[in-house]
Amino acid sequence: MSEEPRPFVLVVWIMIVLAVVAVVGLRVGLGSGMARAYEERTNMRATVEDATSPSGERVVEWVEWRSVSPADFARAVQKNAAQDSVRLSIANTVGLWIAALLTLAIFSFLYRDNPAYRLAEAIVIGVSAAYWGVIGVWDSIVPKLCGALAHGWTTSHILPNLPAPTLQSQIGMGIALVLGVLLLLRLVPSVGRISVWAMAFIVGITAGAKIISHVESDLLAQTVATMQPLVQPDASGLWTTATLWASLPNVLIAVGVLCCLTYFFFSIEHKGVVGGAARVGIMYLMITFGAAFGFTVMGRVALLSQRVEFLLDDWLWVIDPLERRMVDSVSWIVGVGGIS
Amino acid sequence: MGRVLSVLERLDRRWVFLAMALAVAGPILVMGITRKTLPETPTDASRAVFNAVQRLPRGSVVLLAFDFDPGSAGELEPMGVNLTRHCALRGHKMVFISLWPLGGQMIDETITKVLRADFPNLQDGVDFVNLGFQAGNEQVMRVVLSDFPRAFPTTKSGRATADLPILRDVRSVSDFALLASVSAGYPGSKEWVQYVVSASGGKLPMVSGCTGVQTPQLYPYFPGQICGLLGAIKGAAEYESLINEWVSDPANGAAMEVAQSADGAVVVIPPKYLEAQRRMGPQLGAHLLMVVLILLGNLVYLAQRRAQRRAAA
Repeated sequence: MSEEPRPFVLVVWIMIVLAVVAVVGLRVGLGSGMARAYEERTNMRATVEDATSPSGERVVEWVEWRSVSPADFARAVQKNAAQDSVRLSIANTVGLWIAALLTLAIFSFLYRDNPAYRLAEAIVIGVSAAYWGVIGVWDSIVPKLCGALAHGWTTSHILPNLPAPTLQSQIGMGIALVLGVLLLLRLVPSVGRISVWAMAFIVGITAGAKIISHVESDLLAQTVATMQPLVQPDASGLWTTATLWASLPNVLIAVGVLCCLTYFFFSIEHKGVVGGAARVGIMYLMITFGAAFGFTVMGRVALLSQRVEFLLDDWLWVIDPLERRMVDSVSWIVGVGGIS
Repeated sequence: MGRVLSVLERLDRRWVFLAMALAVAGPILVMGITRKTLPETPTDASRAVFNAVQRLPRGSVVLLAFDFDPGSAGELEPMGVNLTRHCALRGHKMVFISLWPLGGQMIDETITKVLRADFPNLQDGVDFVNLGFQAGNEQVMRVVLSDFPRAFPTTKSGRATADLPILRDVRSVSDFALLASVSAGYPGSKEWVQYVVSASGGKLPMVSGCTGVQTPQLYPYFPGQICGLLGAIKGAAEYESLINEWVSDPANGAAMEVAQSADGAVVVIPPKYLEAQRRMGPQLGAHLLMVVLILLGNLVYLAQRRAQRRAAA
């Protein structure tokens, strides 16, 4: 993607970018704007146990803000112009703009590598790494390790409803803690070799668990699924067109399995009958790759269409397939009307 | 002809990207403005998912594993929404879990979008519950085989699962009437088949909704080890159309969620339940473009090979 575009191509692309900028400018300036998120206040109330209270319980009240559509905001304003229970959500609106601009920054890589793309890429990597770190602490270390080895402290400070651990889980977590520390010893060169013990444990356990499940579900069950009767006669036992159509899939599966296995059988030279079977096996494999490619295209297009839909609907307010605004899409496009 | 082939041979790939953008954005704009969708003809695999949910007796407890994150929501969110909606319409109880860190949030979004909006009578902890994310991948699957509450001791919001009415009769994963896995990769549907369905000895029926990339890997399991499969957004659209067809028939008595038009004469499906079918528009545009590009690419290749042979001769 590093090749430089010719001047004519460059002019066309500049025009495309300007057109997009113009659409965004029009949408910002005309009509009721674009890319705004709203939220509604909900007053929450709950009764909780409280040993210090004479009644043994106390009432806790708080406010939650939940996202609502622009149409909900419009209805609330129509009802009472001075209302403040539904309002513009600054945080969600800023988030929406960041999401849209990062989407465009990632798309910009299709033209060529550029600083905007690299910034977006760095943000994705940084946020993902931080998120995984937080997940590791709050979903693994705190509930599993601390919950088992320091249950009293964990329930009094972090997770009050965490059930008490069994002796078995405490021993298991103790071993896991030791193995975890051994793994971290890789960072100390003088004793780093000890980390191999923990690694051996992980490899052994994983291999053992996977072999059993693979043999059970992929080898035995799939072998059984392959061994279907090649002829599927109808209820009366006669040969009909229906028999042929019912039998064909089973025959194709049997032929496919045998031919693909033959293709991967390298102890005999692929000549004569073996060569012919191997060639049929290649055809089966090619069809499989084609189907996989087709499904992959479908998947990627679905992801692309979701991002494009996000840009046109949530950000630009050009379309409204979910009927979240109260004006028809054409009015939004030409920028007339508002949230009526 | 030679000139055209020469232009195609040197075509800047950016034009292909632009053509793909137009092929996707065009149908989105048209369908977004007209609010029309394309008709779907369900395949046996999608129909099997519908039938698996449909045939369960009312009040069955269904385990919904949302093993995906926003990165694959474009394909899988409509599946999650429609599975949840179908279970709610049929009166099943729903236990949501995830083995992906962001799956808990995807479950929350689905609950807000479907259950809180259209089934306000359903109670958290009684009719449905979000147990959220649990770290451990296959190890969690192994634990749920023998002791489900041990794998998920608390709900996403921190309540102890032992106190929940919905899990009163659930000791192991085999106590669920159905496992519905919505999967974007590892761990996902494949691992649920390998570690849970196979080990349960056929006691646990499973349906799967998965990404396009995963679909070819899961087809060998259908119909033996999984009883239904939604492959990519196409599978989601087929399943969605089956549910819409069912709820649109007044004879089924399921019209509780179907909005009426202003004059009350026409049954209207809420647009949020047409999302998967709407996404088939850009699929059509993009796939047609892909077919044209593959044909043109092969044409250029054949022309090049012919020219090389001539030059060699």
